[in-house]
Amino acid sequence: MKLMNCPLNGWRNIGEFVYGGEVRPAPGADADTETWADWVFMVDNQAGVVREWWFHAPTSYWFIAERDTANDTLIRTYPAAEIFTERVEFASGEKSS
Amino acid sequence: MSQRLPEPWGLLIDRSRTIRFTFEGARIDACAGDTVSSALLARGDWLLGRSLKYHRPRGPFTLTGDDANTLIQLGDTHNVPAEQVPAQSGLTVTGQHYSGSLRRDRARLTERFARFLPVGFYYHAFYRPRGIWDYWERFIRRAAGLGRVNTAAGHGYYDKNYAFCDVAVVGGGVAGLAAALAAAEDGADTVVIERESLCGGGLNYHRFDAEGESGAKVRNELMRALEAQPRVRIWTDTTCTGRFGDNLLALIHGDRLTKLRAGRVVIATGAIGQPAVFHGNDLPAIALGSGVQRLMRLYGVRPGQRAVCVTANADGYGVALDLADAGVDVASVVDLRRTPDPDPRVDAVHARGIAVHTGCAIRHATERNQRVAGLRIVDRERIDDAAAPGVDFDCDLVTVDVGATPAVSLIAHAGGDVSYSESNHGLAIRSLPPGMHVAGSVCGPCTLTSAQREGQAAGRAAARAEAAALPDPTLRDGPTNDGWPIFPHSKGKEFVDFDEDLMIKDLVNATKEGFSSIELVKRFSTVGMGPSQGRTAAVNAVRLVADATGEALEGARASTNRPPAFPEKYGHLAGRGFDPVRYTAMQRCHEVADARMMVAGAWLRPAWYGGDRQEAINREVKAVREAVAVIDVSTLGGIEVRGEDAAEFLNRMYTFAYKKQPVNRSRYLLMTDDTGSIVDDGVAARLGEDYYYVTATTGGVENVYRRMLWWNAQWRLDVDIINVTAAYAGINIAGPYSRRALERLDSDIDFSAAAFPYMEVRTGHVAGIPVRAMRVGFVGELGYELHCPASYGEALWEQLMAAGEPDGIRPFGVEAQRVLRLEKGHIIVGQDTDNLTHPTEAAMGWAIARRKPFFVGRPGIEAREQHTLTRQLVGFQLPADTATLPEESHLVVDGEAILGRVTSIAWSQTLGRPIGMAFVSPAQAEAGRHFTIKAQRGNRIEAEVVDTPFYDPDNERQNL
Repeated sequence: MKLMNCPLNGWRNIGEFVYGGEVRPAPGADADTETWADWVFMVDNQAGVVREWWFHAPTSYWFIAERDTANDTLIRTYPAAEIFTERVEFASGEKSS
Repeated sequence: MSQRLPEPWGLLIDRSRTIRFTFEGARIDACAGDTVSSALLARGDWLLGRSLKYHRPRGPFTLTGDDANTLIQLGDTHNVPAEQVPAQSGLTVTGQHYSGSLRRDRARLTERFARFLPVGFYYHAFYRPRGIWDYWERFIRRAAGLGRVNTAAGHGYYDKNYAFCDVAVVGGGVAGLAAALAAAEDGADTVVIERESLCGGGLNYHRFDAEGESGAKVRNELMRALEAQPRVRIWTDTTCTGRFGDNLLALIHGDRLTKLRAGRVVIATGAIGQPAVFHGNDLPAIALGSGVQRLMRLYGVRPGQRAVCVTANADGYGVALDLADAGVDVASVVDLRRTPDPDPRVDAVHARGIAVHTGCAIRHATERNQRVAGLRIVDRERIDDAAAPGVDFDCDLVTVDVGATPAVSLIAHAGGDVSYSESNHGLAIRSLPPGMHVAGSVCGPCTLTSAQREGQAAGRAAARAEAAALPDPTLRDGPTNDGWPIFPHSKGKEFVDFDEDLMIKDLVNATKEGFSSIELVKRFSTVGMGPSQGRTAAVNAVRLVADATGEALEGARASTNRPPAFPEKYGHLAGRGFDPVRYTAMQRCHEVADARMMVAGAWLRPAWYGGDRQEAINREVKAVREAVAVIDVSTLGGIEVRGEDAAEFLNRMYTFAYKKQPVNRSRYLLMTDDTGSIVDDGVAARLGEDYYYVTATTGGVENVYRRMLWWNAQWRLDVDIINVTAAYAGINIAGPYSRRALERLDSDIDFSAAAFPYMEVRTGHVAGIPVRAMRVGFVGELGYELHCPASYGEALWEQLMAAGEPDGIRPFGVEAQRVLRLEKGHIIVGQDTDNLTHPTEAAMGWAIARRKPFFVGRPGIEAREQHTLTRQLVGFQLPADTATLPEESHLVVDGEAILGRVTSIAWSQTLGRPIGMAFVSPAQAEAGRHFTIKAQRGNRIEAEVVDTPFYDPDNERQNL
């Protein structure tokens, strides 16, 4: 079992973490069906350096890990706020419901 | 006849204590400290097993359990190496894999048909015609395999241990002990892992010099220093079976699996002696020289009366000296080398007048009474000449010292590179994986002093977390490996792989079939795939395959090494079989009330209370519909969402609309995933402008919470999200008298119909206990859900039970709850829905707020609404006299075409007939239509679609 460096908790057994898929920002609310279907169902699954969501289950903490799938090494982990810096807005908020 | 040697032979045994066990029904007297193997060898019994394919007699070869010749059956436990089983009184031991008796195995006849059983026989013979394998399989299965499995055996006690250290040293021989001492002296918390009961490895039995004294001397010095060293833990009888990511070592000790996380690992696992390959090389009493030395030094067993020592280095001369010391007549030392290198042990052999033949090859061994009886040698130059004159020896023991292969499994697990080196004549480590150091004969042949020096260097480097380095080959020396100890015979029976009964021609033929790499040869011939995992076969296989294919031997690789390096039991992996469950705060109340518990998600919940299941359910349903009852709903998930964006956040996570939800009101929640499928439901209670208390399903809350956090890591809305499931206990009190019962308790909440209408929420106290009270239609009656801090749960339960007593209050369980909710047509997410159910299929379109800009799953729902609906969830009823009810997941069919399935079904006491939910085709979905359920044994049952709710369709009773 490998170790992973959680930005919140430090080095922990990988068994404490849950994989959360590739980091790919969601399309906008008005994106077409094809764009959404691509986001939901298609993964890049690259051999090489990938950027992924990981979750430390005991402390319920999501963060981002960069690792090299070609040689199974962990390169870097950091808080999601490094990438997601802005509040996401959808249209002009609620219409009338 | 006892073959015991006098003291000081027999380091491990206590001659004053006799142990009695049985082997093959015969009584065996052993000494305390013996293994099953040494106890049998002390009687002169070298026959311990039968070979896999030809049922040839087999006996100990390595004497360490590294070969598979000595696998025995211990009661219900099979395939245990006899060397690794301490002799204990009362053991019942049998051999394995014979028909009749071990001594007279009728199946040895197979050997006569050996030429009809070529390599790949099964692949060739049972490939065509189709079905032939299905017929023959049962006969072959009966003949194959080792040992007997008791399929009725229960789960034993196995446990797991988690441990940590700075430096783990695998192997407690001279290199390992020196490494551990150096690491600990440098300040590292150090663990030594030794497979045997005694540290020292070769120091305990190997003859390093002519006098045979240096081993014990070095061992005593090292052990004395280690015992004084508080930073070293020595774990004996512990086998390291695998190295996993970031130096996690799997260690087996008895019935315990330890997972040791080590900062650095020093591999000092040594080397495994290899067989010479000649006709009859597998006969009992042909054994490694080191094994025979172990037998004498550790167990005080005289291994035979007359020995021939086959060797390619000075170690074999040391063996001859030991044998002579033990009173064994050494017929000859047979040296494969033409000119032996100078060594004091060689001189000592000559000085004692022991015959030495050099430049030899082995023509064959002969067999008598299922044991080696003689050996014929010829001049090595003339091995291919069948007429070459030979020299015959009568003997009952042949020792073999023609080379050793490093025990590199753990290095290979970690990604180190190992390949054949023509300068070493053996496998050699070419590169080390990160965090791993090596020392001693695992790096190739070495001497006592170089092993000790390398151990010190590796231990120190590991403690300081310095870069690891392979030892400098120019600084080491040691027993040479013979490059080609392989002597083909016209009649075969020169075994390369003892486990799988593979001879030279089997491997050569595999290459002729076109399997040109070692990995392919392995899969076709099964070389190295047996219990000993190629430990005594891999090197000779590499040599033979390279030779047969004409590929270079230098740099050739053995087949890939994967964990486990040594056998593990399933019990080790399964551990104690924990099945942890969570109790709610009211567990004691449920026990007192004779609750029958069931597992719900991570929790235990009452299924019903007392007695017969159906009677109890009917009784509990009746209490809810006609009086008052309480249910423990603590296991329902609870999530608090607080902050300026709380309403916006719920709007994005759930399908409904929450911005205009008034404070102190609750609203239904439906959650869909990215594909637009239903994944959870619950209720959102708005406790303040910026404050929601959200419920989720028992099994779904973890995932709901996780998804909420994941989305908000991206949205960055101003909300705090907390899972408070276990912090709150929850009780639902329901039934026409529920208000009356509640009003008997002291409360600052006005429970009257006017002051506390349906779907309202209040925060206050009941009987002095702080509560959140939600008026919900959980089971379709007047009812309140009270959530209080978990520590108050039991008190609140008892207060409610007392308050409801005049109205005949009783607790109800999950089974009654399901019937009650089914009567109201409420779906259970995960039972009435599956991973593909979207809201339209479940007739939940009303729960979707179309005018908000976005919610999770909306693009999926909209895309799927463009497609034709293929199924629909409907309520149905069956005639009251239906004899046997269909079950959940029974199919809805039209002829043989599958249209859907039953998702819920129950006998409704209230309605007096069976009711249920089912997926049907949209064409059948209208009330009054009929559809067919294919039930038990193919019985077809007609069901009628009815509108839901089945009970109280206008929802008047929950609005009372």
